[in-house]
Amino acid sequence: MRFGIVILPGSNCDHDALHVAETIIGADVVTLWHKETDLKGSDCVIIPGGFAYGDYLRAGALAKFAPIMEPIRRHAAGGGLVLGICNGFQVLTEVGLLAGALMRNEHLRFICRDVHVRIEQDDTPFTSALSLNTVLRLPIAHGEGNYVADDSTLDRLESEGQVVFRYCDAEGRVTRESNPNGSSRNIAGICNAGRNVLGLMPHPERCAEALLGNDDGLGIFQAIARSFAPA
Amino acid sequence: MKATVIVELKPSVLDPQGKAIQHALHSLAFTSVEDVRVGKLFRISLTDSNLSREDLEEQLRQMCQRLLANTVVENFSYTIE
Repeated sequence: MRFGIVILPGSNCDHDALHVAETIIGADVVTLWHKETDLKGSDCVIIPGGFAYGDYLRAGALAKFAPIMEPIRRHAAGGGLVLGICNGFQVLTEVGLLAGALMRNEHLRFICRDVHVRIEQDDTPFTSALSLNTVLRLPIAHGEGNYVADDSTLDRLESEGQVVFRYCDAEGRVTRESNPNGSSRNIAGICNAGRNVLGLMPHPERCAEALLGNDDGLGIFQAIARSFAPA
Repeated sequence: MKATVIVELKPSVLDPQGKAIQHALHSLAFTSVEDVRVGKLFRISLTDSNLSREDLEEQLRQMCQRLLANTVVENFSYTIE
């Protein structure tokens, strides 16, 4: 299978994602510069973390108009996989591929530390290698990670099983204290109705090998690779 | 021709930045402050064109909906002079 790593001006986690996909997973990888207009045969497109276009106006607002977004929209509409990490999640909400919005953290501070998230859905191509209710320890690094949507959208996401990751404590309890940024209902990551587009604020690509002291993020990449493995 | 666009959070969306400013104003003894909401203001200069008022307003609406505001969490308003 082939991963396509999008590089927007201001992306800064593109090489981390590339490293995991290529070296750890052993997949084919292409990079996709923001001005390009095709995905070069990518099966799974990753929009990495960073500060695309300086996060001017709003995080993700200007990235929406990058030429590479048009083929990504078509890829997603055809059922192709798209993973947005951190700034990539913000971009996917701005583009309209995922519901809701990511606002300034409740306490207004940039947070850079490990958090725990619980796997709420194991029937997406991104989490099928993980068991339901597994707790992962993943790093976050964001100033705008406060997930917001109106109540009817939140209810729909819950009832359709589109809340994929929720902030929790080390034991998997979803508590107010374990919510780092004020996100509605402790939401850390969601998918679309088709379950082929996923966005999350934590960074699985920064913790996908034991050498770095934590490989809790690896399962997400393994799940993606497995969903393309011959049966 | 000049347009002024104001983008602000919907009343239902919490504004932690506004709250922090409210508390700062209180600590400066401006105790009458009840609430603060932070928004954005855009001053847009437009070349004079033959566009009708209606078309111009439609253009501004499009600018707001497509870029200036995220209508999931923000409302917009504009004036033209």
